[in-house]
Amino acid sequence: MIIPGTVLAEIHGLLEAAYPHEGCGLLIGESAQEVQVRYQRPTANRRERSAAARRYLITPQDVQAAGREAESAGMDILGVYHSHPDVAPEPSVFDREYAWPWYHYLIVSVVGGSAGHARAWQLTDDRSGFVERIVHVVD
Amino acid sequence: MAVTVHIPTPLRPYAGGQATLHVSAGSVQEILDQIRSAHGKLEPHLFGEDGRLRSFVNVFVNDRDIRSLANEATQVAAGDEVTIVPSIAGGATAVKPSDLPELSHEEVLRYSRHLILPEVGPTGQRRLKASSVLLIGAGGLGSPAALYLAAAGVGRIGLVDFDRVDETNLQRQIVHGTGAVGSSKLESAEARLKDLNPYIRIEGFETRLTSENALDVLEGFDVIVDGTDNFPTRYLVNDASVLLGKPYVYGSIFRFEGQASIFGHPEGPCYRCLFREPPPPGLVPSCAEGGVLGVLPGIVGSIQALEAIKLLLNRGDTLVGRLLLFDALNLKFRELKLRKDPDCPVCGHRPTVHKLIDYEAFCGIGAEPSYEHFEVSATDLARELGQRNDLVLIDVREPYEWEICHIDDALLIPLGDLPDRLGELDGHKDLVTFCHTGVRSLRALEVLRAAGHPRVRSLQGGIHAWAEEVDPRLARY
Repeated sequence: MIIPGTVLAEIHGLLEAAYPHEGCGLLIGESAQEVQVRYQRPTANRRERSAAARRYLITPQDVQAAGREAESAGMDILGVYHSHPDVAPEPSVFDREYAWPWYHYLIVSVVGGSAGHARAWQLTDDRSGFVERIVHVVD
Repeated sequence: MAVTVHIPTPLRPYAGGQATLHVSAGSVQEILDQIRSAHGKLEPHLFGEDGRLRSFVNVFVNDRDIRSLANEATQVAAGDEVTIVPSIAGGATAVKPSDLPELSHEEVLRYSRHLILPEVGPTGQRRLKASSVLLIGAGGLGSPAALYLAAAGVGRIGLVDFDRVDETNLQRQIVHGTGAVGSSKLESAEARLKDLNPYIRIEGFETRLTSENALDVLEGFDVIVDGTDNFPTRYLVNDASVLLGKPYVYGSIFRFEGQASIFGHPEGPCYRCLFREPPPPGLVPSCAEGGVLGVLPGIVGSIQALEAIKLLLNRGDTLVGRLLLFDALNLKFRELKLRKDPDCPVCGHRPTVHKLIDYEAFCGIGAEPSYEHFEVSATDLARELGQRNDLVLIDVREPYEWEICHIDDALLIPLGDLPDRLGELDGHKDLVTFCHTGVRSLRALEVLRAAGHPRVRSLQGGIHAWAEEVDPRLARY
């Protein structure tokens, strides 16, 4: 997965602002040989109150709106980013249960309010687990 | 009917790379069946193991969510546009030991008796620290449950209560002290639990749990413990737990009998599998009407705390699929095996309940006949008694309640004996029934009216209101 450094920096900023809650948003770009992120689109975490500390939810309405916007620019939703406040950026059982195939899941660990390690994952065809995708940060 | 089905990008590789499919079908169910048979690889991504659409798979017919229409039974017509839209969810769950929070030296010392149990150990204790339990009600069951869960080091405890501490609570609601009488139960419990264990977080919800807020409140917790004793809340908690896929530890008490089980667990039945419909309102008396031995909620609430901890630790054989019955008077434990009902409207194969409903109405509350016109207030009754002496007062309480306090000259006929003792009453006189708080006396009023006594009224608020408003010499209970 190729992502511009500026986009990753935006994501870090948004997820730090959401701390101690989980922040989330969509990754938009093109998918050819490699998945190329062009921009990110923040979405509201629709989980309420205390639930937002450990869960995120992007509604179908938000997905549809972002999808239409991407389509008009000849792009597509490539995946989603979200934070894991104070825990490692590895997919949880919950992440797997709710995961879509094909989408890239960029998980950023936010420890004590500052964004750190980011790792990308993709669900396997049989939904049994995730495979890690390398995050190439480019200028 | 020829309809167009739009497939979202992530599912296209499983649908032969196509962005749209053209099918001929009359309902969403038929569309899904056709897609399923034509593109088998889509199946695991669209449907769960129970064969139903996964919760994050949304189907829109012409931009309307089928959940707001007739779900899979939604009809489609030629030219309709059907779109499968993802909602995206996930989040962190501390499942790996390396993700669990560390214990401080103070915590290691505090939990040392847990740490040396191989079934708990440092990893189990860290798991408890990372866990959360929601207690609904800080009363008889909630008190011991909250105290033990806090002492055990469950990292985050949520409390839902909107009541105030009352003298009559103290006989069993041991989280509250005498000094807290009159103050909010939430504040009182919070202070006590923080004093007991400063290393945990207490989250208070000073509100009544309703169909509007239940999903949001329950969502933030791993396990739910229900300490309420009314049917609307019990069905609400059950349905919300099943919808959210969270286990809920059930407990109930009455006089000398207690029950406990775990519902809403994927491997076991839910409360509705056991009791599809609530009993008619007023049939099952509350603790205030029927009484309860104070130690009983202590035992049942402790069992609820125990089961919650076992669920969090994933240890031992829990009460999933078993109903524990406890007879305190004869000290006997019995248990019933519970079976998941395949036709259960909430957790069965074809559930009909997909969102929370109005549980007050479901339990018949507000639908029972209004007796407002047949009730008399304590002060009005006192005034009437001062003016005339032909009124007959009928005390429908039990003899042991009469011993606590009584109104002179009232005739004691316990509610259960009333149908057999109608002959003792003069059909030409005005009758006023009363009990402790005004519930049983309405039942007595029904019995008397059915027996042909037209001039019957019931004392609103019972002898409790009489003692408060008219005769302060009487003991209140």
